Amino acid sequence: MLSYTAKRLLQTVIVLFGISLITFILLQVVPGDPVALMLEKRADPETIAKVRHELGLDLPLATQYLNFIKGAVHLDFGTSYFTKEVVSDALFRCFKVTVKLACMAFVFAAAIGIPSGIFSAVKRGKGVDTFVMILSIIGVSAPAFWVAIILQIIFGLKLAVLPISGFDSIASYILPSVALGARYAGNMARITRTSMLEVLGQDYIRTAKAKGVKKWGVIMKHGLKNALIPIVTLVGTDFGYMLTGSMLIEKVFSIPGIGKLAVDAMSNRDLPLLEGTVMYIAFIFVIVNLIVDLSYAFLDPRIRYGKGEA
Amino acid sequence: MSKKVFGFFNKQKEYEKEVLENGTAARYSGFYADSFKRLKKNKMAMFCAIVLILIILVAIFAPLLAPYDPTYQDYSAVLASPSLAHPFGTDEYGRDILSRIIYGSRVSISIGIVAQVVASLVGVTLGAVAGYYGGVVDSIISRIMEIFQAFPDLIFAMAIMTFMGKGVLNLFIALRLLTWVRTARMIRGSVMQLKEKEYIEASRANGASTFWIITKGLIPNCLSTIIVMVTLGIPNAIMYEASLSFLGIGIQPPTPSWGNMISAAQTFISYRPVYSIMPGIAIMITVIAFNIFGDGLRDALDPKLKS
Repeated sequence: MLSYTAKRLLQTVIVLFGISLITFILLQVVPGDPVALMLEKRADPETIAKVRHELGLDLPLATQYLNFIKGAVHLDFGTSYFTKEVVSDALFRCFKVTVKLACMAFVFAAAIGIPSGIFSAVKRGKGVDTFVMILSIIGVSAPAFWVAIILQIIFGLKLAVLPISGFDSIASYILPSVALGARYAGNMARITRTSMLEVLGQDYIRTAKAKGVKKWGVIMKHGLKNALIPIVTLVGTDFGYMLTGSMLIEKVFSIPGIGKLAVDAMSNRDLPLLEGTVMYIAFIFVIVNLIVDLSYAFLDPRIRYGKGEA
Repeated sequence: MSKKVFGFFNKQKEYEKEVLENGTAARYSGFYADSFKRLKKNKMAMFCAIVLILIILVAIFAPLLAPYDPTYQDYSAVLASPSLAHPFGTDEYGRDILSRIIYGSRVSISIGIVAQVVASLVGVTLGAVAGYYGGVVDSIISRIMEIFQAFPDLIFAMAIMTFMGKGVLNLFIALRLLTWVRTARMIRGSVMQLKEKEYIEASRANGASTFWIITKGLIPNCLSTIIVMVTLGIPNAIMYEASLSFLGIGIQPPTPSWGNMISAAQTFISYRPVYSIMPGIAIMITVIAFNIFGDGLRDALDPKLKS
C-alpha cells in the first residue's frame, strides 16, 4: 500500500506540473494584451511599459513560469487586475459557495441514486426496475442547466415554494443542488444496479442464502459490501465533476461560486485570477481522483499488488 | 438485409462468399452479421435507431421541413404563445421557435458526430501506439492522457474558446481535445491484451511490419470497441456543445443551437416557459436515443458484457 501510495503521489505531482505548464502556455497565447485592456485606451505606451514591468510581464517566459510555480505552491497567484482583490481570497470566498452546493448535490444524488440502484437490482425485471431505469436515463440525458430552468419554472414560479436565485438561505440551495445532482443520481443508480447484479449472481451469495441468512441481510452485508468498489470510484470522480460542473448551475441561479469567477475572469482576460481559478479547480480535481484511487486500492488489494494502472 | 447494412465490413463478406462457393457445409454468418441479428432483437435499441435516423433526416432536410427561415424576424409576433402559425411560439425577436429547433439539430448533430469521429481517430492512434509499444512511449502518452483527464473539462473548453476566439472550428477543436482520452484509454487496454495473442506473434515471426500489425492485426479487433465508443461519445459531445453554447462561448446567435436558445429563453421563463422547455426536450430526446442505441450496440457486439 505504501509503495502504491508513493507511486500515485509522484504521478499526481507530474500531472499537476503538466497542468500548470499547459495553463501557463494557454495564457501566453491569449489574444489581446491584458495590460492594455486593464488600463483602457487612455494609457500611453510609457505607462503600459511601466505596468508591465510592475506585473513582471516583461521578464523572460521561463522566469515568468518559475514565478508562477513558486506562487502557486504558496497558493499565491497575485492580485486580480480588475477588482484588485487578492486572488486566493477570491478563490476561497467563491469556493466555499461551490463546495457547499456540490456537497448538497452529492448528498442528494447518493441518497436517491444508490438505494434506488440496489432496489432495482433486487427487483430486476419488475415494474420498479423499469421505472428506476427510465428515470435514471432521463436524469443522465437531460442537460443540467435545462433541468435547473424546469425546476425554476415548476417550484419557483408555478408553485412559488422555493426561491429561484440567491444563495443566502438553505432553501435557496435546494433547487440548485437537485439540478446539479439529478444527472449523478441517475449515474449512481445505473452503476449500483449493474454492480449489484454482478455480485448477486456469485456463488457465495447462493451459499449465504442457502445457509439461511435473511434476504436483506444477504443483499446488504454480502452483496452491497462487495458491489461497493465500482460505486466508490464512480462516486468519487462524480464529486470532482460536480465541483466543476456547478458552473452551469451557478449561471442559472446566479450563485457567485467558482464557476462564475472563472467565467468572469475569462471575459475580462484577468490573468492572475484565471491562472488561479484553473489551477485551483484542477488541483481539487486531481486530489479528489487521488483520494478515490487510494481508497479503491484500499478496498481492493488486487489493485495495489497487480501491475497497477499506469 | 444484414449483408446490405454491414456491407462495408468487406472481410467478413468475402470470407462468407468464399465459404459458400467452396461448398463448405457450415454457413459462416460473420461476426457483424451475428451482432446485427442480436441488435435487431433489442426492441428499445431499434426504436432509438429509428428515432436517430429521423433526427438526422430532420437535420439534413431542415430547409424543407422548417415552416420559417430560422433568422426571419417578425416584429408583429414577438414572444407569441404557441398557435397554429407558430406551434412552439416565437422568441424575443419574433423568430419561429420550431424552425429554430429544426435548424438547431444541424448544429448539434454535425458537431456531435464530427467532433467524436475526429477525436476517436486521435484516440485510437495514440491508444494503439501506447498499448503496442509500452515502456517509455506508453508512460509519456499515459501521462499526457492523465493531464488532459485531470483538466476540468468545461473549464478547459472555455479556456480554449476564450484563447482562440468563438467559432464553430474552435468549438470542434475544444471538443476534440476533451473527448479523445477515453477512447485512447480503452484502445490502449485492448491492444495491450491483444498483442500477447499467438496470431500477433505469428505475424511478427513472419516478418510483418509494426505498422501492418497495428493497422491490420490489432485495430480491426478493437473495431467493435471503437464503434461503441463513438456512438456513446456523440451524446457527450452534443451535451458539451449545448453547455458551451448555453454559457455563451459556443455557437453564437443568430445561428440557432439548442444550447444558445435555452440561454436566450432563460430571461423569459416566467412569461413564456415553453420557449425554454422545447429546445431542452430536443437535446434530451437526441441524447437518450444515442445512449440507448449505443448500449444496445455494445450488448450486441459484445454478448459477454450483457448481464
